[in-house]
Amino acid sequence: MARKLMKGNYAAVYGAVLAGCEAYYGYPITPASEIAEAAAELFPKLGRTFLQAECETASINMVYGAAGCGKRVMTASSGPGISLKQEGLSYCAGSALPCVVVDVMRGGPGLGNIGPEQADYNQVVKGGGHGNYRVIVLAPNSCQEMCDLTMLAFELADKYRNPAFVLTDGVIGQMMESVEIPEPVASLPDKSSWAVKGDADTKNLINSIYLAHDELEAWNNRLLEKYRAIERDEVRFEEYRMEDAEYAVIGYGCISRVLRTVVDDAREKGVKIGLFRPISLFPFPKSAIASLPSRGIRKVLTVELSTGQLVDDVNLALGGRLISDFYGRVGGNVPSASEILGRISQLYGVKI
Amino acid sequence: MKGAVLRKPGGFNDIYKHKPGADKDRTHYCPGCGHGILHKLIAEALEDLEITDRTIVISPVGCSVFAYYYFNTGNLQVPHGRAPAVATSVSRANPGSVVISYQGDGDLAAIGGNHILQAANRGENITVFFVNNAIYGMTGGQMAPTTLEGMKTTTTPYGRNPATDGYPMKVAEMLNSLYAPTFIARTSLHDIANIRKTRAAVRKALQYNMEKKGFSIVEVLSMCPSNWKLGAVESQNWIRDHMLEVYPLGTLRDRGAEVAPRVRPRPELDPARVRETLGLGEGSGVKLERPKETPVYPNPSVRIAGFGGQGVLSAGVVLANLGLEYGYNVSWLPSYGPEMRGGTANCSVKIQDGTIGDTEATKPHVLIALNRPSMEKFEPIVASGGTLIYNSTLIDVTPSRKDIRVLAVPITGLADELGNTKVQSMVAAGAFAAATGLFALDDIIRLLPSLYSGEAIVKLNEKAVKAGFDFVRGIKS
Amino acid sequence: MDGPRKYPFCEIDQEECKGCGLCVNACPAKVLEISSHLNSRGFHPSSYKGSGCLGCGTCFYSCPEPGAITVYLKDYVPEGV
Ligand SMILES: Cc1ncc(C[n+]2csc(CCOP(=O)(O)OP(=O)(O)O)c2C)c(N)n1
Ligand code: SF4
Ligand code: SF4
Ligand code: SF4
Repeated sequence: MARKLMKGNYAAVYGAVLAGCEAYYGYPITPASEIAEAAAELFPKLGRTFLQAECETASINMVYGAAGCGKRVMTASSGPGISLKQEGLSYCAGSALPCVVVDVMRGGPGLGNIGPEQADYNQVVKGGGHGNYRVIVLAPNSCQEMCDLTMLAFELADKYRNPAFVLTDGVIGQMMESVEIPEPVASLPDKSSWAVKGDADTKNLINSIYLAHDELEAWNNRLLEKYRAIERDEVRFEEYRMEDAEYAVIGYGCISRVLRTVVDDAREKGVKIGLFRPISLFPFPKSAIASLPSRGIRKVLTVELSTGQLVDDVNLALGGRLISDFYGRVGGNVPSASEILGRISQLYGVKI
Repeated sequence: MKGAVLRKPGGFNDIYKHKPGADKDRTHYCPGCGHGILHKLIAEALEDLEITDRTIVISPVGCSVFAYYYFNTGNLQVPHGRAPAVATSVSRANPGSVVISYQGDGDLAAIGGNHILQAANRGENITVFFVNNAIYGMTGGQMAPTTLEGMKTTTTPYGRNPATDGYPMKVAEMLNSLYAPTFIARTSLHDIANIRKTRAAVRKALQYNMEKKGFSIVEVLSMCPSNWKLGAVESQNWIRDHMLEVYPLGTLRDRGAEVAPRVRPRPELDPARVRETLGLGEGSGVKLERPKETPVYPNPSVRIAGFGGQGVLSAGVVLANLGLEYGYNVSWLPSYGPEMRGGTANCSVKIQDGTIGDTEATKPHVLIALNRPSMEKFEPIVASGGTLIYNSTLIDVTPSRKDIRVLAVPITGLADELGNTKVQSMVAAGAFAAATGLFALDDIIRLLPSLYSGEAIVKLNEKAVKAGFDFVRGIKS
Repeated sequence: MDGPRKYPFCEIDQEECKGCGLCVNACPAKVLEISSHLNSRGFHPSSYKGSGCLGCGTCFYSCPEPGAITVYLKDYVPEGV
């Protein structure tokens, strides 16, 4: 297995190429542009399609078309572009089309800035377009995971015929780490039962219209069943030093890296603290978080690069047994370990 | 005997199975609607050109949203206005197919205005059938970009006023200003002569599509009796009497004979080829034996800072690459954004055996400061017992910390002596290696050819590393 | 069909026709007319007067309904003949 030093954004494209992604349709935006640039470099070398679309609306619709033709396909963007993609994502979800979207989150609202934030959580994790739908959301916290989870996103997207997101941020996208490059997939799933191929055998239809109210309701219920199955089978999270912990910090993506250092530093001072890191944000690790109080956790602190989005889901999961405290920074600011340690000692009266 | 009978063309489904309700043998269109006539001309062409089995029709949002009920082809129904974008990827996914984007004037000229321009400008291998009925049919008769001046619609109840609503948009002419399109025609359905011309244009457009000759579009002036509030025949006459002067008919462009077919590549999915293309043949990253001497900091975290252009970020990349070659886990975190543009840059590098937590070097063991503001900013955060390497060529103050080791290295000066200040990053890397004992000089030199190309450049960088390394070893002894 | 058919002739599916009258208006021989009876969908369908068709196809291409009109041209040979 080869190891390479690469940027998170680049690693995502490696993951896509290894997963057999045949087409990339995108539009530049910092801090996600390197994904388009890496795809522009690598895809044509393998006869795969790279196209810079006229806008994000176009690119997600190109994704819709390629996905409808049964191809593994991806796009990537950041907040302002993800907002534009929501229409197409709703259509992808409504037509049960598998595709992968990488969101390298930046500061908002509006044009905001290009610093790292995690403020797209709600618009991505809750299915940000119109209608009742969800997308699978995976949140890498390293360049390795940018590669691995992008590959996994393709697999899950196909398994459930649903859009899948890799939700990351400017820090993970821009930084470089050593990445162990996995093997390329050897074969792709057969989608001829539903994909449009333009041949005599597969005159399929890709469509999200159900005129009859009962039919649309039935379709929504089928989607719901799918989401339930995803919630049952695809929850992913990581725990670090949680075994005997009395305090838990919760965070995903780049902030979970800082929280790991927080845990190590606080442990050195004798504080029994651990890190709970959701890797899948949809499905959300509800029951694992719900069980924290019964496992001896007395206090929970959710830390994120937003003014409070993940924390709502943490509190829903906790169901009132505990109320998570919250610490967030925005605008491109990433709190340092010592800043968070200060918050912990202030909140819980522990000496760190 | 083919040709001896004109009947429902084979491009249509016999039974419209996707159509809800009992009426599965007739269209949802209003009596006298132009959509149906155009559908028939397309379906007949699909049959006669023998392409029904390899055609994909994109249904828009508009009255033709249900075009997929009718065409016996592959079908995608797509969001309002986006059909050209979808057709783009569908045609690239299936280069052997004939891809048709069927659109109304609200869909194509309003919400999808940019998509049609861009697809045309890329010369996509698609055919667009564009129904210009000067109105939004499906939503009940609102103004379209193509609505005529003075024409009453539900959203121009006093008539379209150019001063507030703009002028009728001439799509065919607009597209004709682009270089890429192959075939652009405007036809009409207002009488049999023009229906036959439309029939010919439909065939020609599809013929070019089959030959992969790029983008073709037929704009068709078409009746909307329901929203024009006219009878079917009156609607035909209304086209003749009112639309023709605004939308002149004819072939605006036909470059079919000159255009070479556009061939799309076939995607390569063979794992061996993928591996080769990504350069994955090299085995494990552990290539170098670590130096015998125990490094000063076993798991160093490093901060490098200076002006943008001093090679701050690339110096960090070199260190991270070296760490990787020795089998460490490494991370490199750049400052990015406005700061970079404003002229200062910094990066954090971590080189560890265990899992790296925070990738920002908030308490670096080693700080390499290439200019004064950087030293002033980061000196306070250096870990006690750490090392500060500062660029004594440009920094005319001495650091004040007493609990750290301070090494004054004229990084810019040494690079300049070699004739190229661009190699400051390698001077810094050499100094780092000497100061920490983490990397051996010979190893760095051996790695240079994999980091740089061109013998002269490699040699220059070799000298730079050596200069930095030797300078620091000189201070030490 | 009663008696041998005279080709060409025009056949209008009385159920599929929506009675828009485009064919009637367009027919150069004026051999089509809107019927007085209603079809099951509430339209007065068009119908062929029974003779005089030129086999020009004008009605077929003017009609928006895919299967409403069938025109048997002059050289049409019925199956089994
Ligand atoms: C995003 C979005 N905006 C608005 C609509 C509502 N809508 C449906 S069809 C239509 C206009 C269709 O007009 P046109 O493209 O001219 O087609 P026609 O119905 O005349 O054939 C509009 C505005 C929609 N479906 N989606
Ligand atoms: S509203 Fe107009 S365009 Fe739509 S089906 Fe009726 S006649 Fe045709
Ligand atoms: S084929 Fe010509 S002549 Fe015969 S009915 Fe039709 S339009 Fe009239
Ligand atoms: S044109 Fe077609 S739908 Fe209209 S009246 Fe004639 S047969 Fe009927």
